[in-house]
Formats: sequence, structure tokens, C-alpha cells
Amino acid sequence: MRSIILAAGTAVLMAAQPASAQELKIGMITTLSGGGSGLGIDVRDGFMLGLEHVGGAMGGLETEVIEGDDERSPEVAVQLADRMIERDGVQIVTGIVWSNLALAIMPTLARSEVLFVSPNAGPSALAGEGCSPYFFNVAYQNDNNHEAMGQHVQDAGYERLFLLAPNYPAGQDSLTGFKRYYTGEVVGEVYTQLGQLDYAAELAQIRAAEPDAVFFFLPGGMGINFIKQYEQAGLKDEIPLFGPAFSFSQDILGAVGEAAVGVYNTAQWSPDLDNPANLRFVEDFMDRYGRIPSLYASQAYDAALLIDAGVRAAGGNLDDTEALIAAFETAQFDTVRGSFRFNTNHFPIQNFYLREVVQLEDGTLTNRLAGTVFTDHTDAYAQDCSM
Amino acid sequence: MDDAGAPTARRRRVVHGVLLALLLLLPPAAMALGEPFYVSLATRILIMALAAASLNLILGFGGMVSFGHAAFVGIGGYVVGIAFVHAGDGSAFLGLLPGTTNGLVLLPLAMLVAGLIALPIGAVCLRTTGISFIMITLAFAQMLFYLLVSLRRYNGQDGIAVWQRSSLPWPIDLNDRVSFYYLALAVLVAFLALTHRLVGSRFGRVLRAAKDNERRARALGFHTYRYKLVAFVLAGAVAGLAGALFANATGFVGPSYLRWDRSGDLIVMVVIGGIGTLAGPALGATLLMLLEEFMPEALDGLVPGLGEHWKIFLGPILILIVLYARRGLAGLIDGVPGGALWRHLRPEPEPGKPPRRWRKRR
Amino acid sequence: MDGLLLVEQALNGVQLGVMLFLMAAGLTLIFGIMDMINLAHGSFYMVGAFLTATFTGLFDSFVLGLIVAVPLAAAVGVVVELVALRTLYRRDHLDQVLATFGLILFFNELVKIIWGPVPLRLTPPEFLSGQVELIPGAPYPAFRLAVIVVGIAVALFLWVLIGRTRLGMRIRAGASNREMVTALGVDIAPIFTAVFALGAGLAGLAGAMAGPILAVEVGMGEQILILTFVVIVIGGLGSIKGAFVGAVLVGLVDTFGRVLLPAAFKLFLDPSTADGVGSSLASMSIYILMAAVLAFRPRGLFPAYG
Repeated sequence: MRSIILAAGTAVLMAAQPASAQELKIGMITTLSGGGSGLGIDVRDGFMLGLEHVGGAMGGLETEVIEGDDERSPEVAVQLADRMIERDGVQIVTGIVWSNLALAIMPTLARSEVLFVSPNAGPSALAGEGCSPYFFNVAYQNDNNHEAMGQHVQDAGYERLFLLAPNYPAGQDSLTGFKRYYTGEVVGEVYTQLGQLDYAAELAQIRAAEPDAVFFFLPGGMGINFIKQYEQAGLKDEIPLFGPAFSFSQDILGAVGEAAVGVYNTAQWSPDLDNPANLRFVEDFMDRYGRIPSLYASQAYDAALLIDAGVRAAGGNLDDTEALIAAFETAQFDTVRGSFRFNTNHFPIQNFYLREVVQLEDGTLTNRLAGTVFTDHTDAYAQDCSM
Repeated sequence: MDDAGAPTARRRRVVHGVLLALLLLLPPAAMALGEPFYVSLATRILIMALAAASLNLILGFGGMVSFGHAAFVGIGGYVVGIAFVHAGDGSAFLGLLPGTTNGLVLLPLAMLVAGLIALPIGAVCLRTTGISFIMITLAFAQMLFYLLVSLRRYNGQDGIAVWQRSSLPWPIDLNDRVSFYYLALAVLVAFLALTHRLVGSRFGRVLRAAKDNERRARALGFHTYRYKLVAFVLAGAVAGLAGALFANATGFVGPSYLRWDRSGDLIVMVVIGGIGTLAGPALGATLLMLLEEFMPEALDGLVPGLGEHWKIFLGPILILIVLYARRGLAGLIDGVPGGALWRHLRPEPEPGKPPRRWRKRR
Repeated sequence: MDGLLLVEQALNGVQLGVMLFLMAAGLTLIFGIMDMINLAHGSFYMVGAFLTATFTGLFDSFVLGLIVAVPLAAAVGVVVELVALRTLYRRDHLDQVLATFGLILFFNELVKIIWGPVPLRLTPPEFLSGQVELIPGAPYPAFRLAVIVVGIAVALFLWVLIGRTRLGMRIRAGASNREMVTALGVDIAPIFTAVFALGAGLAGLAGAMAGPILAVEVGMGEQILILTFVVIVIGGLGSIKGAFVGAVLVGLVDTFGRVLLPAAFKLFLDPSTADGVGSSLASMSIYILMAAVLAFRPRGLFPAYG
């Protein structure tokens, strides 16, 4: 666990806000070891860059980020949250990548009235009836990217779709979200195993079903396995492949290579999104870490900016949690997405874009904007949330 | 345990007494120091120690290396979680059982359900020995894991956030960390006392005889299968209790409770603590959980940024413990290298004979 | 579902099985000869895949990459054997499980430090990237056929090595009676080191062959390790033949479970429930198979000893 005290510029800012002599402590719980650590490290790095860009002092307060490795295990995440709150006195927790971990730590955070700024996980269970004043999501509601792709596939005139997702809640949400906007025929719907390695059987089913297109949601290693095998089976040139951003995120592109070139996916952000905040973020991220930032890094960067703006709007007062929540709800910050505001359930209202995987001259793969699917899109659960 | 020499036994009694006194004093000390977190941490350690001790009953004294013990911990946790879900929306489990958050119902129920599931699993698994036993217990745990992953009513992979802790009659209050701690401590001490009595009883002697030489025990007329099955079910039930307590301590239960590496963790705790010793599993649980909790931090203190790579140190530590601290932590209590207890539990191979194993290949 | 599709799925099952066999061969060999449970087998598999990816990029040739990477994986195995594991042969299996579990933690972190946390790229060589139309209307990836060929070659190699050569004779003798062989003046330690190197090399080969099909990422070893144990336990620990039969059986049961169970449940359940129940049962299928085999044949299908 790393404790970084960035005091640069603090003195100046403190002078501007004499009321507060408080210190802001942020718990960064994310996956730093084992499978999935690529995403966790991107979240951590994106967040730390955000902290640097706000002068190392969020909302003008001396800021300490306490890091913890959740090992992608819900129990470990709960333990870390408990320790960071009880012993280290963090006022805000962030960093969690996975929905099941986010759901697991919510009771602990809510009980202690600690804010949770999620840089990725946005399960439906926290968006509707189960919404919580302590939970803020700066990324998306889990269904959103799938909904956007459903809309795109519908608009593009595909009529026979084959759907594929892992057999777990986020996978079920994915296909539900997709079908909310895609109303054509579904010629096959397959739930695969979590962590499945071999997709030969599913590929044979796809070939036999003769769909117009395939929509799949397989995050992480599962997606890499699937895309490689899809291309090797010679299907890529026959049946176009569509997916949410997670299936073609920066962390996956390097591993699948040319197999992904030309494929469309949907997200609320793209590295080439043209706004000053994004240009600065992408350039500095590449400078600092030597790689193109992923979607996850962009979300964590925004999380840092949100915390900065929220704490500042609350006048640096961390003791009045209700006022802090109110300040977060309306916080204004220069998001890398161009536009962003919170809905009543603390999930974003934002645009969703179509992206295409392209190969740059130096051989690296990345996503490029190819259109806008939704403008100011909300999620389907907000109306059930009473906060 | 009876075979240990009198001085060793006396020393062990003293050490156990001191340990217990320290454990009793921990909450007031931590609260006085303004560090309530350590009470919660210690509570979780005590609960995992209970789970490890239940595994030790079959692994240490019965020679049954279950690689699926975490399944019963998970089942106990799920009893609390499922009852909470139904209590929340007023529905009934299978349309029959209403939900509840009453600990007087849930804790015994967790033991009952875990024990009832352990019964058929044990009945099948105990037909095998050795590696086959390890793998077949793993197989059943994996089946239960995938079953729970597929239960959409209970959020599958996401698991259940248990927002409300189980209620228990005065003076026990699980929402009060000190009270929860003493409950966990009392349950652990009670189970260790029970283990001590069991091991010394006729039941324990048959169990150990079956471990040392099953054929001889059977030739002497003991139905070793039945004894082993009873131990397996009892261990499962106690693991279920640990799971129910753990779900309360973390406010969460999910399929990750049953993952194979959790079963591996329990084995690690028993082995590094000292197989077949009374205090060993608790010591092993303490060491492993403290390492997990503080190693990243300590490494970062040495070299900033090193903490992220803490597992590159944890791995070799485990290997060194296996290679050089063969008697586990409990061996340190006995002090004497090659003590009587150790010789009893882990005989060195005699020259000219193949090394003796805890399982027979044929 | 028509007949041709079933044949294609059977081929898929066999191919998955052969890939599992590549992994299982080394594991069961080390168990059979040294009586050693080596959880770190998955780590050698991972190291093999990472080294192959690196050298493939360096030489711009998958075959060259593999030729360099596999012996290196074996060398890593030798180092591990000399430093940590050789004293464990005479320990009980529990100690071996614990120590090699420690090795998994070590290697995962080491690989992450060396190669970073992001999965690496490894694709089939040009000449194997196409498809072969074995079954009319169902082009089959050429690389997967290569995996089947390599798997069968490894099976034959081991069969000849263990059963037909002088070294194999010594190995078998060492396995069945260590003390006797030692008393006869044969130094058993180098033989064991060689066998361990062979096992690690086989794991590295499995990683190299799986790399173009699967994600080359930290933790890839554990994903396949449990599956591999299922294979060798079903087949009978220590038996190469058992590993082969067990692997193909697991491959077929897993593949057909995934294909047929959801379809079967759709006959009497609504589609989305059927998908859920079917795919859940499919994930359990190989464990049900293992439990069933062990319940009736506690020592597997082809017990290696007597």
C-alpha cells in the first residue's frame, strides 16, 4: 500500500480557503495483482494523473491516496474498505473495477457514511431501487454501452443477430440492455461459462445459425480468447462482430492484434474525442506511462476530477456528508468526455459514441470515433430510484 | 496429543493460557489505543481460525485432506444471505421458508444445512482416499460453486450484500464490534475444547487409528467409514457456522466464498499452523491473515511502490515455511526440535522402508 | 441439430481434449515418476506462453519462437527443481501442494513485473492461420489441427521414451523402487531433475501451443490447472494413457455439455431459463464426470500402478 502526499500547491490553495485545515484521504481499492490487474493498474494510473492535474490537492485539501490490492476478491475488498475507513480514516473510496466487488463493499461504506466514487462498476442493482446516496458512478450504468450497440446494430439494418455473453449478472444485463434497443430477430442467444477458454463449440453454432452479425460481451481474457478464435475460424470476414467497448478496450487490442481491426464498438469516450481536457489527458498519460490510456483510465481520471470539483464545491468541508453529497451531485468539472452530469440516481447522463478499431502507422491498435449513437443518454433504472 | 511428554503438555497449557488471556484483553486494549479496526480484524481472524480448526478435525486428526472445505463455509454464509434476501422482500425460500435475520435461528440453521450437505458429499467422497479424496472433494466444491453462480434469484456471481447483521439476544450484539469479537472468541474456544475432548475420546482414537493404518483399524473391528463420516459432517457443520459468522462480519456473501483457492487458503492455514495440533490452525490463520493485511504496507514502507508486488515475497515465505518449519507454528510452542508430538504425527521414514504418507497409494 | 454439426462438435471436443492432454502429460509424468503434486505446472505453462510470445515477436517467426521458448521453460523448471523442489519429493503431498502454491504466487508476480500486466499478443504463424475444410461447409482452423498433431506426437514420444528406451527403464525403476535403484549404484537425482525438466518443457510446449488460441496473460496457468487435474485424476494419476483418454473425455463432455444441455432444457423450459440452467449444468458437467468416475473407480480409469 502506497501513501502519497502531494503537497505541491497546497499552501497557495489553503490560503484561498482558510476555513479548512482538513486532510482529504482517498482509499484506492483496485486489482493490482493476478488476473485483471491490467484494468486495476490503468484505473490507478488514470486517477493519479488526475490528482496531479488538479495540483495534487483535491478541492484545495492536502490529499493522500491510500492504495490497496483487492486481488479481484469481494471479501478482500470489504476488508480493505473496513481498514481504510476504520484505521486510516478515508472519507472517499474509489478504484473498484468489478461490479460484484462494488456490491460487496456497499454495506460497509454506507454504514460508515463514506462516499464511493466508482470509476467503472455500475451494476443495475445500485441504479434502481437499490440506489444509495453514498454511491456515485462516473463511468456508465452497466447496460449503457450494450444499449448503444443495440441501437447502432438496429440503425445499421442488421436483422438476424447471434448474442453471446457470460453466464453472470453483468452478462445478463448486457443482453437485456442490447435487446432494449435492438428489436430484430435473435437467431441464437448463448450464455458461456465465466472464464471459459475454448469457444469452438459456440463458433460452430454461430456458423450454423447463419446470422447477419454477432454481438458479444466477453470482458478481459475471455474476450481475447473469443476474438482470436473467431478470426482463426475464418468467421471475421463472413459475419461482422459487434461489442461494447469492453470487448475492444485498449488493454485487449494489443493482445488480439489485427483480428480486431475494423470492428465497431460503443463507448462514452474515445482517445481521439476532441476536447481540450481529453487532449491533455491522453497526451500526458502517454508521456507518463508510455501507453495509450484505456476507457478505464479515462473514467478514473474523471473520478479524480469529480472528487476535486465536489470537495471544492463543498468548501473543503468533509464533515458534513449530506452537503458533500449535494456538492458532488452538481459538481462541474472538465470531463474528458465533453459533457457529463449526474442523473437522480448518481449515474451519468452522457453521450455514447461508435468507435472503430484502427491500426496506427507504428502498428499499435486503438479506437477512433465513428459516430454518435446516443446524446444525453440515461439509464433504464433511474426512475425506480428514490433518493 | 496424549502422547506428548508431561513437560511439553505443561508448557503447552501455559502457552495456551497466556494466549487466551491476551485474546481476552485485546478489545479493551485496542479500544483504549483508539484503534477499533484491530478488533474487527481480530474477529475475522477468529472466524477463519474456526473454519481452519474445523478442517483440522478431519485433516489433522482424520488424515482426510479435503480440498473443498470452503464450500461448507460458503453454504453457511449463503444461509445468512438467502434468509436476508427473503426477509427483505417478504418472500419465502422455495415458497416455504420465510426469511429472517434472527441469529438464534440462522446460526444453528447454517450448521444444520452445511452438515446436511456434507453428509451425502462425505458419504461419496469417503469411498476414496489419498489424491482421489482431494480431487473428489474439490469436484463437489466446484459443483456447488457453479450452482451458486447460476442462481439468478440470489444474484449469481455478484453474491448477496447482507445489509443487516443477524440479531442475537442480549448481551450479544453483532453490530457492536467488541461484542462480536467475544462471540467469535467464545465459539472458537468452545470448538477447540470440543476437539480436545473428541480427540482424546474413543471416537478420536478410532479416527487417528484409521489415519495411521486404516486396514488395521478395520481389522480390529471398527467401522472406520462411519467414524470418518461423522467427523466429516461435524467439520462441515462447524465450517458452516464460520461462514454464517463471516457473512455477518463482512456484510457480504458470494460464490467467491467457495472458490478453490479459498479451500487452499484453509489448508495453508492448517499446515503452517501445525497439522493435528489444537492451536495450530488458529495460529496459521492469524499468520496468513496478518501477512495479507500488513505485508503490502510494510513493503511500501521499505521501498515505495514495492507493496504492489507483495505476492512475490509471500510465495517464497510459504515455501520456506514448508521447507524449514516443518512442525508449523504450533511446533514453536513445544520448543524442542523433534518433540514427541511431532514424532507421533510425522514419523521420519525408517531406513529401507518407503516414506510413509498420509495417504496410501493402493 | 444435424449430423454434420455433431461431427464438427465432436472434433472440437477432441481438439480441446488434446490441448488439455498437452498440459496434463507433464503433470501426470511428474506425479507418476516422482510422486509429486506440482501446482506450479500452470506457471511453467504461463512462462512457456510468455516466452513464445516474446521470441515470436523478436524473430518474427512462431516456430523459431517456440523452439527457443520451450527449452527455456524447461530450464526454468530445472532451476526451480534444484532450488526448491527436490527436497520435497520425499515429503507428503500436502507439503508439495503448499510449496508449489507458493511458487504460483511468485511466478505470477514475476511475470507481471517482467512483462507488465497487459496481455501479450501471440498469433498463429502465417502458414497455419487459414482453415482446412475437413467437413463440408465447416472450415476448421489449421492451427487447431496442428495442436492435435503436436498432442499426438507428444503422446507417442512419451510412450516410446518411457516404454522403449534405456532411460525410460531407469525412470520406471526409480519410480517403483527408489532405494533399490540407488543401492544398485544408479544416481537417481539427475534422472529426477531430467524428468522434471521434461515435465516443465511439456508445460511450456502446452503454453506455446495454447498461446495463439488463448489469452497470454498473468494467471492463465490457474485457469487451466484445475481442468488439468480433473483430466489426470479421471485418467488415473501417473498414467500417460489415462491422461490422454481422460483429456479427450473431458474435452468431449465439456463441449457437448455446452452445446446440448441448453438445447435439451429448451424442450421443456422457456428459452432464457433454459439457457441459464443449461449453461450452469454445463459448467458442472466435468466435475460431475470426475465425481462419478472416482465414486466407482477411486483410482481413475487407468491406474498407473497395479
